[in-house]
Amino acid sequence: MSAPEPRSRVPRNRTSGERDAARPREAAEREIDSERDHHRESRSGTAFRAGVRDFLARNAPEPLGELEPAEQLRAAKRFQAAAYDAGLIGITWPAEYGGQGLTAAEQQDYDEEAAHYDLPGSPFMVGMGMCGPTLLDLGSHEQKARYVPPLLRGDEIWCQLFSEPGAGSDVASLQTRAVRDGDSWVINGQKVWTSGAQFSDFGALLARTDPDVPKHRGITMFIVDMRSPGVTVRPLRDMTGRAPFNEVYFDDVRIPADAVIGEVGGGWLAAVTMLGHERVSIGGSVRRGGDPLAYDNLVELARARDRAGDPVVRDRLAGIYARERALALFNTKLRQEAEAGSPPGARGSVAKLAGAELLWQAVETAGLIAGPALTSWEDGDAAAEEMAIAINATPASSIAGGSNQVQRNIIGERILGLPKEPQVDRDVPFRELKVGTQRRP
Amino acid sequence: MQLVLDQEQQELRSSVRKFLAEHAPPQRVRELADGDGHDAELWRRLSTELGLTGLVVPEELGGSGAGHVERAVVLEELGRALAPVPFLATAVLATDVLLGIDDAAARADLLPAMASGELIAAVAWDQESVPAATKRDGAWVLDGRAQRVVSGDIADVVLVQAKTGQGTGWFRLRGEHAAKTPLRTLDPTRRLTNLDFAAAPAELLSSPDPDAVRSRVRDLAAVALSAEQLGGMAKVLEMTAEYAKVRVQFGRAIGSYQGVKHRLADMHSALEQAGAAVRYAAWTADVDPQELPLAAALVQVLVSPANFQAAADAVQLHGGIGYTWEHDAHLYYKRAKTSELLLGTPDQNRARLADLLQI
Repeated sequence: MSAPEPRSRVPRNRTSGERDAARPREAAEREIDSERDHHRESRSGTAFRAGVRDFLARNAPEPLGELEPAEQLRAAKRFQAAAYDAGLIGITWPAEYGGQGLTAAEQQDYDEEAAHYDLPGSPFMVGMGMCGPTLLDLGSHEQKARYVPPLLRGDEIWCQLFSEPGAGSDVASLQTRAVRDGDSWVINGQKVWTSGAQFSDFGALLARTDPDVPKHRGITMFIVDMRSPGVTVRPLRDMTGRAPFNEVYFDDVRIPADAVIGEVGGGWLAAVTMLGHERVSIGGSVRRGGDPLAYDNLVELARARDRAGDPVVRDRLAGIYARERALALFNTKLRQEAEAGSPPGARGSVAKLAGAELLWQAVETAGLIAGPALTSWEDGDAAAEEMAIAINATPASSIAGGSNQVQRNIIGERILGLPKEPQVDRDVPFRELKVGTQRRP
Repeated sequence: MQLVLDQEQQELRSSVRKFLAEHAPPQRVRELADGDGHDAELWRRLSTELGLTGLVVPEELGGSGAGHVERAVVLEELGRALAPVPFLATAVLATDVLLGIDDAAARADLLPAMASGELIAAVAWDQESVPAATKRDGAWVLDGRAQRVVSGDIADVVLVQAKTGQGTGWFRLRGEHAAKTPLRTLDPTRRLTNLDFAAAPAELLSSPDPDAVRSRVRDLAAVALSAEQLGGMAKVLEMTAEYAKVRVQFGRAIGSYQGVKHRLADMHSALEQAGAAVRYAAWTADVDPQELPLAAALVQVLVSPANFQAAADAVQLHGGIGYTWEHDAHLYYKRAKTSELLLGTPDQNRARLADLLQI
């Protein structure tokens, strides 16, 4: 056996020019769209999906890229609230805490429809993807009832206060302290790389509550009101030139005793729970309609630059498509397994890692397609600007939420059961450790 | 779409795995690889005791009327074990040709015997070298050579796509009417044979669109082969991870070093994604014929290179022992390279995917 001739609706030996002449691109795309719509309809043409489609057609805002940050946030909140009120946010979340109590199938219906739009979801990602699910897993009934519904509606925005200057990948080395004082805890310390802290209402904070036990055992997770006296948020610019993340300082910040998530001293379990949600969330959210490095947009770029007929470009684009689909299918499989009762656990690391690697491959392909034109553009060329930002933001995907190296350790140790690296600090009381660049007194 | 196996499918998987562990252990596979590469007894038991040969054959034709999801599960296990049976030739290629053509008589004649394991069938459909069919005295004869026919050496019946005066047609002929030249093969567990026809008597099968049959058979073969590759990939990962836990160098198990651990993590990551894609493609073969060509192209683009990479890494991570004849790693390496090229090269696969995406 050997390779058969490729079978195609478009003969491969035509140049792109001839193809365009034979069938205008727009017409071809309309045809593909209507074909796909037809498939969708025949497969899961539910009333729910019809409702989603109708809602998005009416309410999805134009991409917000041009607006000022404050106006972007207001528009994002408006959309989130409208989608929540229409029953489309928190689809699989328990109805008792403001969710819709539906299944992964409805969530998938929503995701597939939403992928056609560039929706303003990013301010809510940390809350929806990480803090909310962790509250559901470990929070008290009162905490869930108080915090989850406004989190879903976008009325209250959450951030995650884990990383510190001396504790990045080694989160458990954190030095922010929480000391019990009557009915309160008093927090002192510094967090860093905190996405969205500048507009967050609440944060999930990890702090050390017992320095006399080994580092993993003396940590507690708290809910902290970001408007509390003593909380200072300072923006940090990232390598795209924007400032989506921050340094956060805590100076004698008092929070109530019932703000503990889970157990006092059980913060590492809570952190692992949240990090698991985080990886699934990041891995599952990599590809969106508005991402300039997504397959659809790279094809668009290739057509616009008349490079789609180049065999090497086609080869790379097919590779990107395949990996994008593989990641989406893997995420769907994880969801279906979770639905059937086996939670993803450490397997979220696979999605996180694959998503980061896909972006790097997409960056390479964008360069292959556009060549030197990727390096410079005239002021006001929004598409080129967005591509440049996406390229400059790509390193974040391999660092944020646990570096690729950390994800590989997690996969190796927790999934494949490989031996851990020797850990010298596992059983040493925290106060005796050398942490970050400094030795603690 | 359904990407997780149901209870019954999981049970099928464990029973096939258990059966193969018992009846096709690595030692047996090696013996056969050194010999004629076919385990007739194993084939008989797979067919009669487990009923796997006729998995996608309708019940009225002696099969079990199951679907491609089930067949993919079986192929995964056969790929894990490198089981020396003509499953790909008979239960996949030839079965799909017969189910695809419009010839109820041929189906009724051949499929029950194929499903019961009595009849081994192979398919000659190489497009580099297409035999010619001519009519002499009212009967068809075939001339020419079919190259690299999977299980062609042991085929009782060969289904051939041959050139006729008007395009092509599907023909059946008896295995003994072909001169068989078994080839030396990169993979000793997958036999390939050249078949030469010299006025070989053949029977034309009724098929209004022979090329459409070929396309569908090709897509289903891509799905099936990918499932087999997935099984091989899962096996080499398991084997290598186990080894990395026990092999000590520089005072530590090698799996504790990031240089080794990270490569295994990448192998796992590729396997998970390949696994989701294979489930999707098999599900598509059952329920969404319109989407099948795209799913088949997708799964091949993903799985073939990933499988070879995994097999090559398995040799590497086993170090010197992995490079020896006595270790099993090379068997998977050879199967992976053969499977990667059996239905077309990786760049041809990506070009085909690009065509289907209308890039």
